[in-house]
Amino acid sequence: MININNVSKIFRQTKVLDGINLDINKGDRIALVGSNGSGKTTLIRCLLGEYIHEGEILVNKLQPRQHREEVLKQISFVPQLPPPLRMPVGQLIHFSAEVCHSDPEKIYTVSESLGLDARKFKSQAFVKLSGGQKQKLLISIALGRDSKLLIMDEPAANLDPEARHSFFNLLAQKQHDTAMLISSHRLDEVAALVNRVIELDQGKVILNDQVADQVDMESILDCEIQLTHAEPAFAKMIEEWGFISSSDGMMWQGNVAGPDRLRFLGAVSRYSGILNGINMKEKS
Amino acid sequence: MSKHLLLTALADINESLRSRWFIIYTLIFGGIVVALFITGLTESRIMGFTGLSRTLVTYLQITMAILPIFVLLTTVRSVAGDREAGIFEYLLSLPIGLASWYWGKILGRFAVVFLPVFLAMMLAVVWGALKGAEIPWGQVIIYTAMLLVLAWCFLGMGMLISSLARSSDVAQGAAFLTWLVLLLFLDLILLGIMISNGSSSETVVLIALVNPMQVFRTGAMMLFDPQLVLLGPSAWVILDTFGRTGFLIWSLVYPAALGTFCAWLGFVVFKRGDLP
Repeated sequence: MININNVSKIFRQTKVLDGINLDINKGDRIALVGSNGSGKTTLIRCLLGEYIHEGEILVNKLQPRQHREEVLKQISFVPQLPPPLRMPVGQLIHFSAEVCHSDPEKIYTVSESLGLDARKFKSQAFVKLSGGQKQKLLISIALGRDSKLLIMDEPAANLDPEARHSFFNLLAQKQHDTAMLISSHRLDEVAALVNRVIELDQGKVILNDQVADQVDMESILDCEIQLTHAEPAFAKMIEEWGFISSSDGMMWQGNVAGPDRLRFLGAVSRYSGILNGINMKEKS
Repeated sequence: MSKHLLLTALADINESLRSRWFIIYTLIFGGIVVALFITGLTESRIMGFTGLSRTLVTYLQITMAILPIFVLLTTVRSVAGDREAGIFEYLLSLPIGLASWYWGKILGRFAVVFLPVFLAMMLAVVWGALKGAEIPWGQVIIYTAMLLVLAWCFLGMGMLISSLARSSDVAQGAAFLTWLVLLLFLDLILLGIMISNGSSSETVVLIALVNPMQVFRTGAMMLFDPQLVLLGPSAWVILDTFGRTGFLIWSLVYPAALGTFCAWLGFVVFKRGDLP
């Protein structure tokens, strides 16, 4: 579906991408990982036809720069940082739907499933929304249209656990007929969503591997945590995951989305000194 | 393409209407007209002009000083600023052709920079009519056309600078420098000195003819002062060489052509380089 052949990009004598060769196929869910400055964003911008570069990129045999409209009709994109658009939410949705030949109603429906009532904010400037609301809206615009490639730059970073679960469900619906490229500087943020990992370092691919694809993206885990003693910092963190405590603050119960398990355990592991027991069980 | 162009233009208009610069811009031009009313210019009769004519010519002379720098700075600030802030990265990931995007943006900005100036002038006309002054419709129409091409000319320059400069700081510096150079080559400042130093009249006329601010200034004054006694020595040479009608045509065609050329060149640079 996508062929990246010997792509290099130089900014002021600095080689940001150095001879990248990759093939991306339908059904691939790729974690594009690497530290800051490794070339992830540059590679994404080359794929979107926003940067000129050496080498060749073909999306279904079309070059993104020369055939912008045909190629970009097939690609949905969620940026890492929401753009500071002053246009009202309603107009942004209408604008995106018009240029992408999609239905604004689908965008509203997706935003509702992510917990954002976009209709309520129709006349509010996009830039005035909170970070999480902006992210939900951009995801809604990307998922509310038909595309063959979904490119997302740290898409779930600003989402609350409930919205993350809805987001994973939406991705699950698209996983068989859409390729996904999810960029992150931390693998644990996206590990459970993907079946392939590509790591960039100083503009080169240093890892390109398939990974076990056993996590059901729609699954939910029942989770119970027991502590040796109550701890306010732990309580603050775990409440953000939507957990509820016993009256003495020693026992916590809640749900974790299946693909979020690694991230959840990472968060809990910071309090390993006060953990007395963890029980996680997939809901049938 | 035309649908995407209009959508981009509307999006840009919406962005501009909600920005602080637009409010300041509108207040300045509206304020100028109101200030002219308050100072009683509509009532005065000097050198045979009607009061409204005097208001209009004063308004145009002030506009000539403010409009170019305002259009240049706000255009480069918002275009280069949008690029830096990531707005280009996101909006250009949508399936819009680069031509629709670029020309749509120009169209939107043109509406936003021209309308307040035009409406302020219309306010002066309406005010004059209410006061019982005779409306010089011929002059009003030519002045409107002159304002239109002046705004277009500097918008084109602003877009070219935005395409060439990679940061909003550089773009703003280049815009200011462009305005300053054009200001220094205005008739009364430099051309008079050149003539007194013995420069050839051809050089003087050429400089006066290629400076869009000077062209606008001379054209605007020509309607009120056919002998151009209020302007400097180059104006007389221009009048002798071009004639009144010839220069009025030049003052409409040249800025429009220059603006279009700059905008086109900006587009060529824009579509050949990195977009965000």
